[in-house]
Amino acid sequence: MHEYLRKKWFYFLLLLLALVFPLFGPSRLIFTMLILSGIWSIATLGLNLILGYTGQASLAHGAFFGIGAYAVGIMTTRLGLSFWIALPLASFLCAAIGFLIGLPTLRTKGAYFAISTLAFGIIVFIIAGNWSDLTGGHMGLPAIPRPNPIPLPLAGEISFTSPAARYYLVLFFLLLTLWVMHRVVFSLQGYSFMAIRNNENLAEAVGINTFRNKLLSFMVANFFAGLAGGLYAMQLGALSPFITHHVLTFNLIIYLILGGVATLAGPIIGAITVPFIVDALFAIGPYRMVIFGVLLIVSIIYFPRGLMGGLTSLWNRTADYYRHRKDGVRHAAES
Amino acid sequence: MLLKVEALSKHFGGLKAVDGVDFHVNQGEIVAIIGPNGSGKSTLFNLISGTLRPTTGKVLFQGDEITAHKPYRVAALGIKRTFQTTTLFDQLRVVDNLAIGRRVNTKTGFWDALFRTARWRRERDETVGKVLELSGIIGLGDKFFDFVTTLSQEAQKRLAIGIALASEPGLLLLDEPTAGINMEETAEIIELIRKVREAGTTICLIEHKMRMVMGLADRIIVLNYGRKIAEGTPQEISGNQVVIEAYLGGKSIA
Ligand SMILES: Nc1ncnc2c1ncn2[C@@H]1O[C@H](COP(=O)(O)OP(=O)(O)O)[C@@H](O)[C@H]1O
Ligand SMILES: [Mg+2]
Repeated sequence: MHEYLRKKWFYFLLLLLALVFPLFGPSRLIFTMLILSGIWSIATLGLNLILGYTGQASLAHGAFFGIGAYAVGIMTTRLGLSFWIALPLASFLCAAIGFLIGLPTLRTKGAYFAISTLAFGIIVFIIAGNWSDLTGGHMGLPAIPRPNPIPLPLAGEISFTSPAARYYLVLFFLLLTLWVMHRVVFSLQGYSFMAIRNNENLAEAVGINTFRNKLLSFMVANFFAGLAGGLYAMQLGALSPFITHHVLTFNLIIYLILGGVATLAGPIIGAITVPFIVDALFAIGPYRMVIFGVLLIVSIIYFPRGLMGGLTSLWNRTADYYRHRKDGVRHAAES
Repeated sequence: MLLKVEALSKHFGGLKAVDGVDFHVNQGEIVAIIGPNGSGKSTLFNLISGTLRPTTGKVLFQGDEITAHKPYRVAALGIKRTFQTTTLFDQLRVVDNLAIGRRVNTKTGFWDALFRTARWRRERDETVGKVLELSGIIGLGDKFFDFVTTLSQEAQKRLAIGIALASEPGLLLLDEPTAGINMEETAEIIELIRKVREAGTTICLIEHKMRMVMGLADRIIVLNYGRKIAEGTPQEISGNQVVIEAYLGGKSIA
């Protein structure tokens, strides 16, 4: 345990910071942005599993996010279910739909998989906008209730009307997602995913049922897309069909690429920093997207492994530098 | 009889890449398949391993028909192969490559990984042990944690064999294991193949270099234009006039 803490102290420090952050009394705006970043982080971690670790470019990720959001919205408003039941149901629903959609689409490879999942996403967008009886159509789905308060034995109850409570709720699910991803990625199961990403023919030749493993990865990825969507419905309290739009998928892909593909910290770094950068660029006015585009291209060229990769190599280089300096001192002392 | 191939054919449009080939491999043998470029050797391996579906014919392994099984099922039954161009998981390290090669022997799935079940622990420990041992056998013990792109050509070829060996297959199919490396390195690969056979693995290998095959194989099968034109011991093949003419354009085999 001691050794563990010594190696991972940086992560524990970050966790501690995240836990005490609300005590500093941040503004409502900062709270909202952080809660949303947490939600994007969960979705991006899901995308990372299918795209980053398994190498299958699903462009339906935003659609599954939207399905999760609408599922929670519809279950809590029209069916009167509690949020605490609706959220897991929505997540499992996304995994199940992922299974059905994966059956045909995962038979295709590369760009064909990307295009067929994109087509599914567009269908979901059309349904969300036009099946008014179910989704409220283009008018959207309003008045999604806050989660029921959680009663505490001694200290009353936790109610989710305050941003701090919702912040901790999202943080809890983010940690849960991270825990799942960590366990799965660093296992023999994770090896199967990475083998498929790296060389599907060889993976098949060594005896990995690539289709089954891709389906599994797709279902787990969509489970977390749905979970993130459900939390989004909870945070916003209202939904519009645009939450299923593929622009969302591309935003998540940008968080993933800029943060660091196939790392566990990368998706979170991307989902926190990119929205803040975009927000800062708002001040610049109409040319902000041009500047953002240039930033995007430059960082992809200079940090091909994302911010996380860039930070890791910087860290290693610094460590090397100090090691050499120490060696130098030792040599000097010996001579 | 470990492997039996009956009247196997593969047509690509009008081209008969493999044309009614019969052959078998006995337990414990090293069988070599030779023939000029384009004579259908690799296609034959692709048919056996399930990468391609045969046009006609049968493949039997340990008496059971495995014709047109998916590659992962053929591998799970114990037939492992390498590819003519060295094929590795080049984003990963030596240890990861070998562990993935053994994946077919392990059943750890999503829930095992999530809850770290007894199976997860047992299979992880077993995989590490086996893979460590194997890395020594293929001479990559000191490169265990190295990324495969940092390995030499020849070390990569040994690793490719290691990936196939990792699951302790009953039959190993090697497609030109010494293509594109020099004489000294070739000797090392041959040494490895001998060691593997002595450990009890049956081997069927495709080879271009006649000389290498002569000292190594128990039996040789010669293909030309998709057809089997000869079969026999190295002595018989090196003296076979049909082979000399068809395969070597009349020049003698030295
Ligand atoms: N997938 C394919 N599609 C069409 N033609 C192929 C395919 N694979 C191999 N061939 C052709 O089949 C013949 C045999 O090829 P191959 O088995 O690779 O020969 P060898 O391994 O003996 O050099 C060649 O003429 C080759 O061009
Ligand atoms: Mg060939």
